[in-house]
Amino acid sequence: MVRLTIDGKEIEVAEGTNIIEAARRLGIEVPHYCYHPGLSVAGQCRLCMVELGNNPRPQIGCNTQVAEGMVVRTDTPKVLEVRQSIMEFHLINHPLDCPVCDQAGECWLQIYYMKHGLYEPRMVDEKVHKPKAVPLGPHVMLDAERCILCSRCVRFCDEVTGTGELGIFDRGDRSEIGLFPGRELANPYSANVIDICPVGALTDRDFRFAVRVWYLDTAKSICPGCSRGCNIDVHYNIRRPHHNQGRRVARLKPRFNAEVNRWWICDAGRYGYRFVDDPSRLGAPARGRGDAAQEVGWEEIIPLVTAQLRRYRPDEIGVVASPKMANEDFFLLRRLVDHLGLIHVDFRVPPRTPGDEDRILIKADKNPNTRGAELIGLGPRPGGLDARGMLRAARDRRIKCLWVFHHDLQASAWPAAEVGDALRAVECFIYQGSNSNGVSAAAHYVLPSAAWVERDGTFTNFEGRVQRFWKAVEPLGLSLADWEILGRLGAALGLGPEPASAEACFKALAASAAPFAGLSYRELRDTGKVLSA
Amino acid sequence: MAEKILTRNFHLPGSHTLVLYRETGGYAGLEKAFAMKPAEITEEVKKSNLRGLGGAGFPTGVKWGFLPQGHPGPVYLVINADEGEPGTFKDRYLLERDPHALIEGMIISAYAIGAHLAFVYIRGEYVQPWRIFGRAVAEAYEAGLLGKNIRGSGFDLDVIVHRGAGAYICGEETGLISSLEGKKGWPKLKPPFPAIRGAFGAPTIVNNVETICHVPHIMNRGAAWFAGLGTKSQGGTRMYSVSGHVTRPGVYELPVSATLRSLIYEHAGGIPGGRRLKAVVPGGSSAVLLTADEIDVTLDVDGLKNAGTMAGSAGVIVMDETVSIPEALMVVARFYAHESCGQCTPCRESTGWIYKMARRIVEGKGRKEDLDTILDVARRGAGTTICAFFDGAVGPYISYIEKFRHEFEALIRK
Repeated sequence: MVRLTIDGKEIEVAEGTNIIEAARRLGIEVPHYCYHPGLSVAGQCRLCMVELGNNPRPQIGCNTQVAEGMVVRTDTPKVLEVRQSIMEFHLINHPLDCPVCDQAGECWLQIYYMKHGLYEPRMVDEKVHKPKAVPLGPHVMLDAERCILCSRCVRFCDEVTGTGELGIFDRGDRSEIGLFPGRELANPYSANVIDICPVGALTDRDFRFAVRVWYLDTAKSICPGCSRGCNIDVHYNIRRPHHNQGRRVARLKPRFNAEVNRWWICDAGRYGYRFVDDPSRLGAPARGRGDAAQEVGWEEIIPLVTAQLRRYRPDEIGVVASPKMANEDFFLLRRLVDHLGLIHVDFRVPPRTPGDEDRILIKADKNPNTRGAELIGLGPRPGGLDARGMLRAARDRRIKCLWVFHHDLQASAWPAAEVGDALRAVECFIYQGSNSNGVSAAAHYVLPSAAWVERDGTFTNFEGRVQRFWKAVEPLGLSLADWEILGRLGAALGLGPEPASAEACFKALAASAAPFAGLSYRELRDTGKVLSA
Repeated sequence: MAEKILTRNFHLPGSHTLVLYRETGGYAGLEKAFAMKPAEITEEVKKSNLRGLGGAGFPTGVKWGFLPQGHPGPVYLVINADEGEPGTFKDRYLLERDPHALIEGMIISAYAIGAHLAFVYIRGEYVQPWRIFGRAVAEAYEAGLLGKNIRGSGFDLDVIVHRGAGAYICGEETGLISSLEGKKGWPKLKPPFPAIRGAFGAPTIVNNVETICHVPHIMNRGAAWFAGLGTKSQGGTRMYSVSGHVTRPGVYELPVSATLRSLIYEHAGGIPGGRRLKAVVPGGSSAVLLTADEIDVTLDVDGLKNAGTMAGSAGVIVMDETVSIPEALMVVARFYAHESCGQCTPCRESTGWIYKMARRIVEGKGRKEDLDTILDVARRGAGTTICAFFDGAVGPYISYIEKFRHEFEALIRK
């Protein structure tokens, strides 16, 4: 450990820490553009100047490592003057097109200019012109005039993905970011360059011109796209419902978690939220198949479904849970299954094409909570059938009631005919899920689930880390969180009062399932906890 | 007339050949060096007061001493032959007329610092020097002066000649290293300095052509002799590239204790046509401009430093009374705007901006506040960049305006 003083405050930090990070610990922000803790030090923007001891020349904080007894000042007149100068240099060739720039409102040129601006423009000559609105790949749009050439995007592609699509071409004030010949910015993590771009040079083609960022609210969440459980922020717009074609979820952004995803998420996860505001959402409970289908209220559907569950012998009922459900849902489902004495329970449905995986974040298991389903005991039981076995038994009319959560069985690895035969043969098919799919239309009873952004809950990732996600927006239509539906069904089946909240479900889970013992939402905090088992 | 050392053979036909180099005593310094311990050579170079002749004027022996002791991996010697400072053309003469002096200097220097691989980074536009030097390297290999077990000494040295692609910034030692590594020629953040982590991550010494050409002579005739040729803080002679309004432009080798006045009026023959001297750039375009009455200064590193300018690359650009200083500033500013590598913000943005302002003034569209804006932008940017490029540009920006402000104001008033 090294002890040093920053702006008169003493602090002890690990050897090798730079001044920006050491100051951050003291709550002192050293303005910077090119420095990013997840990338190598470039020292290009020159904004993070600080004064060191008696050195008359300010030094950059990013490339200065702490030393014992170092005296750092980040607030001297000299430092402030240098910041102002550097800000002027950053802006003289900038188009100042904030009113039409997507970055406005979250732009570090705006933020630092408010603090350190010169406010007296001296540049009267023609600015340097560069290419604008250049698609770099499927997700990223470049405006080279807005670029401050911090090289974060270049370093990301060199150092994090190792794909090296981007470079800085030409020199002097004609320098510009660009693709190497024949390349496209299409790596599986390409959109992270938008997040780390401190200005409006790289914008999101999916988000461009959709919503002004100051209308967005944020909820902490977990990406449901695979078993990694990347920490994310859900940016949603409910203040201007007429923007963005009424879609409430505007974008997902990575949220730092040192143990899980650091600063990044993959593109598949980032753009995997579209189902939330999709027309395929199931907005109300429904009974009856095909033309006879009829939307009903929860008061009506709950007794109908419980009656079905009571009508059949336990060995005539099959339950196919989904690893997209939360731990809280699994807990209530497990309780219900045990109460009814059901023996055919499973949650695994293999996808038609195996998931891709890499050594960065992406996991082959495209479900967020396979581990939770395993730990809470929703796998096949001794003597019970697995999911495919249930389908075959349904075809043979040995299983008469099938309750499927979320899965589109038609998109599974199983032959479509096998699935179709089973669903045609089964007497009672209950589908519970957020969106209609290849099998939902065949259901006798539809129980509409809230999407993950419409509820609280927890997922257990591949390494057994239990992580919370928070409700961002209200459930669409009449849909309810799976735990709420299961709570109502449970109450109707005599399992006692419905739990009051997802947190209450988790509390009960922690009290009954050994791996979760001792955990609580409070305990999980923002970054989750790895189960000891 | 002072003794010529580096240029002594320049007038001889075939001065670039190994035969002639040997006939005139070449490779004798190498024999002496091989009889010494490497550390003794470094010590001798330190005592000689040899200073880097590429621009920065750093003591060469001291630089060699920065290498980590007992480094387990390779150490490299890199010769900076990317002579790009406007007004400088001395290394070109050395490469073309005495390439073996550089090769002998490299072998001795590499032996001193423990390098077995040396790179010579030659400016891309220097086609003829590259050809001639390349032939000399081939000759040296054939004669057993390069390669394995040189002259039975047990010392190995290979030389790679690499051509630049036309960027001034690749003469900055870390920009040169980046370029040599196959990357964009961007200077690197310091620390670490090249002596600790240089080319391909290995400890590296980067020296200028002329600097290394002095080394065989220091071996031959001793540090005391070399130091005695110069001033207290800088030994030896130096090659001055004289261009502009003089009767005999060219390269002149003089002891560093000579004065700028004697260089211009005695050696280069003074100003032609009876015109008067207006200003002199004494050390390449990055040096602070001297007015006609500021030329009674010695040409050594410290002499010119004390005069508020720098010896730099010893490129002396002479301007007579017909020169418009605002136009000269515009030309210089265009050069720096064109050559800024663009890596760090102050230099990338302000070189272009200052050029635009200078051009506007020359075009008669200057505004009263432009001069102070140029001065302020130059001062604010100085000292904030990764390398010395912008600080070099600041020399002309400020001195041209401060010393000839009336010429600028006359253009703005019009």
